[in-house]
Amino acid sequence: MIIAERINPTGRKKFAEALTAGRMDLVREEALRQVAAGAEILDVNVGVAGIDEPAVLCEAVQTVMAAVDVPLCLDSSNPKALAAALEVYEGKPLVNSVTAEDSSLEEILPLVARYHAAVVALPHDEHGISPEPAERVRLASRILEHAASLGVPAEDVVVDGLAMAVSADGTAGRITLETLRRLRDELGVATTLGASNVSFGLPDRPILNLTFMAMAVFNGLTAPIADPLLPGLRRLCRAADLFLERDEWAMRYLEDYRGFPPA
Amino acid sequence: MSVLEDIQQGIITYKPPLVKQACEQAVAQGMGPREIVQEGLIAGMAVVGAKFRRNEVFVPEVMIAARAMHAGLDVVKPLLAHSEIEPVGTVVLGTVKGDLHDIGKNLVAMMLEGAGFRVFDLGIDTPVERFIQAIQENKPQIVGMSSLITNTLPRVGETIEALQQAGLRNQVKVMVGGAPVSQSFADQVGADAYAADASSAVEKAKELLGLA
Repeated sequence: MIIAERINPTGRKKFAEALTAGRMDLVREEALRQVAAGAEILDVNVGVAGIDEPAVLCEAVQTVMAAVDVPLCLDSSNPKALAAALEVYEGKPLVNSVTAEDSSLEEILPLVARYHAAVVALPHDEHGISPEPAERVRLASRILEHAASLGVPAEDVVVDGLAMAVSADGTAGRITLETLRRLRDELGVATTLGASNVSFGLPDRPILNLTFMAMAVFNGLTAPIADPLLPGLRRLCRAADLFLERDEWAMRYLEDYRGFPPA
Repeated sequence: MSVLEDIQQGIITYKPPLVKQACEQAVAQGMGPREIVQEGLIAGMAVVGAKFRRNEVFVPEVMIAARAMHAGLDVVKPLLAHSEIEPVGTVVLGTVKGDLHDIGKNLVAMMLEGAGFRVFDLGIDTPVERFIQAIQENKPQIVGMSSLITNTLPRVGETIEALQQAGLRNQVKVMVGGAPVSQSFADQVGADAYAADASSAVEKAKELLGLA
């Protein structure tokens, strides 16, 4: 299941300018394009410096809800913006994200509980991102415990394996894959990954992203945050599921093939 | 090939042991540390920086080139303490509070060092107080701030504001950078310069100090 990442102004000047000007046309356009490309969940992020994030996130969420009929992932580090967006959202959203920092656990999880939402958990804390898979798993457990204590069940928590750039640290890929494997084997949780991080700083990023995606799915990744417009990505996920015996008689794979025949 | 060319070549071909060896040889020949650093290490790193800018080499290659440069610096450093070498400038830099990204900021630090700056890298998730303390202790001419996600962009303006309140803003030039940062954002928060990438950060730093 792909969480589509393109409704996000980071590094996209025109998108950021549109949001600053209060225009929702590009939000709507990206929603339609991504769903047409097979996106199953849409991430909505409107983080631009100097805007009224609660108001703009609400407007974006309403715009997307009016345009398409898929669940949304409300993406902000601003608890006020999340609270406002949860209030206007209809259905069960994914909240992106909570970390294992005390402040985050205290501010974000009660919102998740109150609106019966699901949540993306980033297993890092005040000390930053650990290079140890075991520590990431420990922090994920900490978030799961806090969530459970507020009535948010484990199946509503999607843990991020934390993809880092392999260009800067040759161990980054292995660490993320091992983290995913342990999250699956030890905690049995659903997992996500901002998978395109892995290829930062290297040329021909699509092939790196696709290769890593296949490896990550094999190691337990269930819901990547990715660009559904990247050629091959969606089909690759279906193919990986098929090989992992999650697609009896290749029904989903074939459905994908018929829905998106090769050009 | 001269020993200085060997040093440059060692950096350009990513061979830390070669750079170390060539620097030792240069010292044995009686060459001054200034010459070794300027004509050897910095010259080699400048070539790598220019290639990086043209997308001819990539992040891992810059990392290993910087490591090669440091292998040489380690040889020359003991001599520098007793020599006339002055850094071209001093820079304090860090990724702002709440932000854990460090690759771009590290590249800027490497490129600045490669250009002869003294760099104090405060790391990631840097609270305002750390910036203030580092400025008071190290008296830099330039402070660099990095923010890689829109969520931490407000910390850039807040940090600049805090420098103002601490009475330090007039003592330093502020440079900002990172994926969501733009020239207009830099203007908005009252920064002195914006750099889009690590190589242009070096140029901007030199401009700010009137060296370019």
